[in-house]
Amino acid sequence: MTKSGFVVANLFRKRTRTILTLLSVIMAFLLFGLLQSVNTVFNAGADFVGATRLMVQARVSFTQPLPVSMVPKLEAIPGVARVAYQQWFGGVWQENTPLIMFALDPQRYRDVYPEWLMPDAQWQAFEHTRTGMIVGKQLADQYGWKIGQKIPIASNIYPQKNGSKAWVFDLVGIFDGKDEEWKKRTNLAFIQQDYFDEANQFNVKGRTNFFILKLNEAARAEAISKTVDAMFENSPDETKTQTEKDFNISFVKQIGDIGLIVRWILFAVFFTLLLVVGNTMAQSVRERVPELAVLKTLGFSDASVLGFVLAEAFALCLAGGLIGLVLASICGAMVAKGTGGQFQLQLDAGVWLIGVVAIGLMSLAVGLLPALRARRLRIVDALAGR
Amino acid sequence: MLRQTLAITGISIRSIPERWAPSLVIVIGLAGVVAVFTALLAMAAGFESTLRATGRSDAALILRGGSDAELNSAFDRDSTDLIKQEPGIAAGADGRPLASAELMVIAELVRRDDVRNGANITVRGVEPTGFVLRPQLKIIAGHNFTPGLRELIVGQGVLRQFQGAEIGKVVRMRGSEWTVVGEFAAGDAHDSELWTDINVARTTFGRSGSSSVLAALEGPQGLARLKSALAAEPRLTMDVLREQDYFSGQTRQFRKTIGFLAAVVTIIMALGAVFAALNSMYAAVAARGKEIATLRAIGFGGLPVVVSVMSEALLLALTGAMLGALIAYLLFNNLSVSTLGQNFTQVVFDFKVTPALVAQGLVIAVIIGMVGGLLPALRAARLPVTTSLREQ
Repeated sequence: MTKSGFVVANLFRKRTRTILTLLSVIMAFLLFGLLQSVNTVFNAGADFVGATRLMVQARVSFTQPLPVSMVPKLEAIPGVARVAYQQWFGGVWQENTPLIMFALDPQRYRDVYPEWLMPDAQWQAFEHTRTGMIVGKQLADQYGWKIGQKIPIASNIYPQKNGSKAWVFDLVGIFDGKDEEWKKRTNLAFIQQDYFDEANQFNVKGRTNFFILKLNEAARAEAISKTVDAMFENSPDETKTQTEKDFNISFVKQIGDIGLIVRWILFAVFFTLLLVVGNTMAQSVRERVPELAVLKTLGFSDASVLGFVLAEAFALCLAGGLIGLVLASICGAMVAKGTGGQFQLQLDAGVWLIGVVAIGLMSLAVGLLPALRARRLRIVDALAGR
Repeated sequence: MLRQTLAITGISIRSIPERWAPSLVIVIGLAGVVAVFTALLAMAAGFESTLRATGRSDAALILRGGSDAELNSAFDRDSTDLIKQEPGIAAGADGRPLASAELMVIAELVRRDDVRNGANITVRGVEPTGFVLRPQLKIIAGHNFTPGLRELIVGQGVLRQFQGAEIGKVVRMRGSEWTVVGEFAAGDAHDSELWTDINVARTTFGRSGSSSVLAALEGPQGLARLKSALAAEPRLTMDVLREQDYFSGQTRQFRKTIGFLAAVVTIIMALGAVFAALNSMYAAVAARGKEIATLRAIGFGGLPVVVSVMSEALLLALTGAMLGALIAYLLFNNLSVSTLGQNFTQVVFDFKVTPALVAQGLVIAVIIGMVGGLLPALRAARLPVTTSLREQ
């Protein structure tokens, strides 16, 4: 019998116990995988954007509009390549599904966000159709929207000139992201700022919530942020400028410290698990004291007996951990599918990595004490049952 | 029968200390499940109780039609004055309509445990009647703002969670400086707001109208009368809501999200705990194999054995549940946190570990204990007496 065969055979001598312990481990890692990927969803939007773009908003709050007339001043700042802007529309689909929808200048936006991929003809159509709208692929798939359709969308902020809250836009383009990270974020919808300015009832003209500055080089982001904010200081339109990455982070932090909640739950789960598996391992070594002594009598060294016990703990945690993580991936994929891709619950490489580290630490934590006990066994005492 | 059951159960429970390690697994396992369950739902309960406490049933909030939240709502001065004159609104002591036009804008403050990231805080510009309509709101330090001056009063919840709005501090908004002159306590969602004079807010934020009108209703028919009057007014398109309903309605989404999270986490953790409990109870039954066989040999029935094993599992599970609820209570009860509310601004609230939640935790524990105890109990009762007695 090989050594690994011996380890597995030992695990299955008490089949019920091993299976039940395994199931506990699986449950813990299933939860671990799901919660970590939730955590990733909320902490996302940070690393993929790079630092070549700055977000400029009103200092008091991004809900306070800024005048579009600031564009030439911003564009004159050395190091700024191009300026785009976007205004929150408050779009609502059907009864009350809020849409992430902005009014913007198509050409400027296209220049600043090369990460969105869309055929040139569709960009042209967006620019030249006053009532045009483009949407991300996810959104189009979710509601089955096709190019050429007229899409009725309400705004919970802006009625039209005639008092009607129901706007209608012509869908002229569907864009996708350049890579996985950007594809995940194609749940946006954009309309023309010019049309919005002209058609809204409040006579809101030439106002926007954000300016997005595309920089020539990322290294000057800090200096340019300061220049922008200094330029508008003490005016009613004071600005707050930060990198796109920092903006995304602080936006998510508004919801609350999701990471903290996840850490508390996982702490409870793994503390419990440590006890469950640790108890199983301790029990199984206790029962096998005479056998381990026989092994030693046959000439197995103290170290290899320690190895056997550790290997058992490791095999148990590894099997349980991997099954749990795979289950979590499957559940995550189901959630992503069930929400039409709006909630991307995916176990990325990072989650797997932390998972594998957790499996390793767990095996050590539960296996080390029983393994040391097995190593310390003196043959005479153990065989005599002392 | 009953005497047999009591006798065996007594023996098994008294022998728990001899099998402390597997027993501890059940206790800690259940403590974990119940602590997580209770803490998560205490968060939902706290959010709900804060918003439910906000708003009167005899007042109406009037928003521009279809705007859902005060933040999205806006109408001009003329509409504001028109609304206040509608029937259904109660009259104040001075004979004028008891209604307050309010302007909601947003400012950013930084959390106490943060250095940089701003969070949205509601700044509410109110008329003097705004205070009459909310008698629960009391100035607890400093003094009220002076109309016409750039002065703010700050809710106690804001002070608990955010920095930079302490009394005496200066808050910069739109190129102007505002002094915080007082702190107020309302015991509801207004504690998460900064208040000021509506006219000063209008000038500073370049807004001429209002976001909403809060009006006291005249008698039980007031709401219906106000609604039909506003619907009949061609110059206005307004939504009229009972103030209490407006705030209660905001809890639905949060409750759904937290409820879903709690359900998923609890079910997975509970399954894990059931497996652990099964393991421990099988071990317990195995350890007591000889003893149980002896009892059976001298005439004890199978049912008392089942009952004794089940009671042991239940006792351990309930102990764990109480421990878990206690942990959740000690760590989280009255813990103050904040999250984004309907208006896209922070709502400060406290975790509330309620007796109902603890009771639900105990129910979960009973279920887990029953499931975890049943199979081992059946095995114990079915053990063939002769083999068990012969075993070492």
